[in-house]
Amino acid sequence: MRWFLDNLPEIRGLAWRHLWLSVIPVVLGFVIALPIGYAAKRWRLGGSTLVSIASVVYTIPSIALLVIIPGVLGTSFLDPSNVIVVLTLYAVAVMVRSAADGFGSVSEAVVDAARASGYSAWQRVLQVELPLAGPVLLAGVRVVSVSTVSLATISPLIGVSNLGSLFTQGFQRYFATEIIIGVVCVVVLALLLDLVWVLLGRAAMPWLRVRTTR
Amino acid sequence: MSAFSGGFSWLADGAHWHGEDGFPHRIAQHLGYTALTVAIAAVIAIPLGLWIGHTGRLRGVAIALTGALRALPTLGLLTLVVIWRGIGLTPPIVALVVLAIPPLLAGAYAGLEAVDRATIDAARAIGMTEWQVLGKVEIPLAMPLILGGLRAAVLQVVATATVAAYIGLGGLGRYVMDGLSVRDYPQMVAGSLVIVVLALVLDGLFAVTQRAFSPQR
Repeated sequence: MRWFLDNLPEIRGLAWRHLWLSVIPVVLGFVIALPIGYAAKRWRLGGSTLVSIASVVYTIPSIALLVIIPGVLGTSFLDPSNVIVVLTLYAVAVMVRSAADGFGSVSEAVVDAARASGYSAWQRVLQVELPLAGPVLLAGVRVVSVSTVSLATISPLIGVSNLGSLFTQGFQRYFATEIIIGVVCVVVLALLLDLVWVLLGRAAMPWLRVRTTR
Repeated sequence: MSAFSGGFSWLADGAHWHGEDGFPHRIAQHLGYTALTVAIAAVIAIPLGLWIGHTGRLRGVAIALTGALRALPTLGLLTLVVIWRGIGLTPPIVALVVLAIPPLLAGAYAGLEAVDRATIDAARAIGMTEWQVLGKVEIPLAMPLILGGLRAAVLQVVATATVAAYIGLGGLGRYVMDGLSVRDYPQMVAGSLVIVVLALVLDGLFAVTQRAFSPQR
């Protein structure tokens, strides 16, 4: 506890960086995965191919990807954007499946009804299918968010500092307290971010509250 | 894309295919870590998941637990266990077991939950004991989802077993970590490619097994 209080400013800085390195990939991953997941639902054959490509991405070891990406993008080795790109790739890989499941859970009868009542294709997707897929999408975002916060801790291995730096430093000094505090901070950050998604989901889908209260 | 061609020529070099540092030995180590981890995690998570799914008790706890375990960073656990127990097989196995439990647990209880209640009631009505209901009705019907959990766990562990090399152990992570320390891209790319291929082969085997266990197909 002493160590935590003594190093509070440094930890706060690392936590802040960690937050940004996680939030940007989760948001980007969501935005990119939505159209892919929708396409996966609309065109079954191509769709299942997309979903399996996504699950292949997930099997690439993260440390390896962190080192390969700068070579592919031509970015500097210590550039934090490498971490963002890698985490976004993983986020997309997980989110595509949720998005496909979410859009798949929307009943065809509802879609037909929307079409029959004169909705254009865009209106139907944005005002009918997207909101109905909402709960499954939210569940996907929550899983992606928790695992992204946890996965981001490997970035100090390639020299981009965040809460994971507490692990590498603690390991070098053989100082368990620092690692424990790091683990606690990561878990707390993951839970706080999860709470944000739940609250945002509740704000965006007020009709779900009605169902749960009664 | 030169990173990839370098990786391929590293792979093609015959010198990297035998001995202590050769691919066959590293692949065997990597699969060994994976098998040990998944076996330990399965012994913990599957009975627990079956119990939760069968009784319907503690479901909320299980969901919270899997979420919390997912948040635990592997690198943090690994380094922490090293400080407690010293360098050895224990730290990576503990860290990887924590990673493998959530998908296995979720597969087991979600699998049982997906079984039609009417089927279970029918099994009880014809006089099956609780154990028979579990063993002869629920588990066979839940098999595809249980195997799905196992598949997810194995893939995640294969990709993450790379971290064992961070504390100096073997496995395919060696190429990645050794390459990282001397900025040897081709070696890292080669190691990663082998891990990806290994994961794909395992995934394919699981796809076939899962199909074989699906009822009515």
